[in-house]
Amino acid sequence: MELITPSIGLLFWMLVGFGILFFILAKFAWPIVMKAINSREEKIESQLAEAERVRNDMKNLKSEHQALLVQAKEERDQILADARKIREKLYEETKETANREAQVIISEAKNAIHFEKMKAMTDIKNEIANMSIEIAEKILRNELSEKEKQEELVNNLLKDINLN
Amino acid sequence: MTYNNKRFFLTGVLIAIFALFSSISVKAEEEAKAFDPGEVIIGHIIDSYGWHIAGDVSVPLPIILFDQGKPVVFMSSKFHHGHCAYKGYAIGFTPESKGKIVKLAGANAQYTGEIEELAENNGIEDVAGMESLIDNEAFLIDISITKNVCGLFVAIIICCFVFLKVAKQYKQREGKAPHGLQGVVEPLILFIRDEVAIPSLGKDKYQKYFPYLLTLFFFILINNLMGLIPIFPFGANVTGNIAVTGILAVITFFVTQFSSNKTYWKHIVNTPGVPWWLKFPLPIMPVVEMIGLFTKPFVLMIRLFANITAGHIIVLGFIGLIFIFGAMAPALGFALAPVSLVFYLFMGLLELLVAFIQAFVFTLLTALYIGMAMEEEHEDAHEANVVELKTETI
Repeated sequence: MELITPSIGLLFWMLVGFGILFFILAKFAWPIVMKAINSREEKIESQLAEAERVRNDMKNLKSEHQALLVQAKEERDQILADARKIREKLYEETKETANREAQVIISEAKNAIHFEKMKAMTDIKNEIANMSIEIAEKILRNELSEKEKQEELVNNLLKDINLN
Repeated sequence: MTYNNKRFFLTGVLIAIFALFSSISVKAEEEAKAFDPGEVIIGHIIDSYGWHIAGDVSVPLPIILFDQGKPVVFMSSKFHHGHCAYKGYAIGFTPESKGKIVKLAGANAQYTGEIEELAENNGIEDVAGMESLIDNEAFLIDISITKNVCGLFVAIIICCFVFLKVAKQYKQREGKAPHGLQGVVEPLILFIRDEVAIPSLGKDKYQKYFPYLLTLFFFILINNLMGLIPIFPFGANVTGNIAVTGILAVITFFVTQFSSNKTYWKHIVNTPGVPWWLKFPLPIMPVVEMIGLFTKPFVLMIRLFANITAGHIIVLGFIGLIFIFGAMAPALGFALAPVSLVFYLFMGLLELLVAFIQAFVFTLLTALYIGMAMEEEHEDAHEANVVELKTETI
């Protein structure tokens, strides 16, 4: 059992012992350990990837959200502008229509007034004419009730005719 | 505990240690034999049939012999630390047979009793006479459970216990963070996988060799660490024994050869990038490469053995200093003890580092050799050689 001469016994037991150790560990320990470590690593890796994916999704979602918001705002503005425009247009139209109608009514009214006026004038004229005739008749009757006056009139009339 | 109490406690412990050492040194002196540090140190490093604990106390271990194919089993305590023979068997007492079990010759073939008495009875005084007592013809196969074998078994049991427990934990706590023993072992496993196995063997092929690499690494590591604990049942110099490192190297050699491919053998027989006159008519390069096949595992064997043994020798040397000076004058040994202890602690820490480094280097080189044997033909084959050269210098 010197320092650098290996003894048969130790060689033998070492070979046997290491062989048994290797067999036991390679069969009952390492596969389990490696499987667990690998599966855990895979799990961690997949979870990291998943987290990354979710984060990207969130980012996308956020930007989508943002875009949607912007779009909604734009739409709102558009709608408001449209509404304003429509209102103005409607106002203008209404005003115009009202004006036109007012004009029509006014002109009709004017016509009616004119017509009525004319009618009234005609009536008044007729009335005045009738009254004048009646008055003239009465005056004539009154004037012509005396003989000399009748003669004077006829003379006056004749005078006029002679002049012609 | 207050500061003062702590200081008193520490002082007490140190005084107790010094007292212990000085008492041992005094005892060593009383034994009247000159203290031979070389012999003591080597005695601690090499294998032995019993497991010496302290003083005269030692754990007897079974002796298993095959004498001409006939099994003989008895306990090492029958040898009484090598002083006695048992049924004709004895621990070698001549310089040539030192440390081996020998069979006594002729009429003494069944002798049980003191060897010195036997020598006296036969009127033997010189070495040549002692040698005549030994039956050199006897064919003994000695597979005794020696101190190192016992240490080896302890290491194997610890390995099995630790890793079966860890495997159980992995099963129970699947997908959860490592816990307890798992947390100690997992970084090492991942280190071996990511720094040793995958870089040397490639991501696709490493799985086949990974169990071997892991077993190798943890076996060496646990034995190295156990060698640092000087208390029974630890402290056997298992990885500092050439038989142990030799077997590991041989296994690596065979694994390498069995996983070799055509390219590997082509590189050996017809090394590319080398002038033709180095291969023909004198096959210098092929011969060198063939020798290289064997030097690789040989270097593995020597590196681990020498590193661990050297560390132990230095530690024992520092402890031995106490006894050397103690043998001159007890007071001197007493005075030197703290200095030696500081050095011992320093070396202990260094050896702790070496325990990891050597386990790592052995595993790394094994992986590299296997990787080289499996390498497909491509341009940067020389890079692997550079890596090899680099690691070779560790």
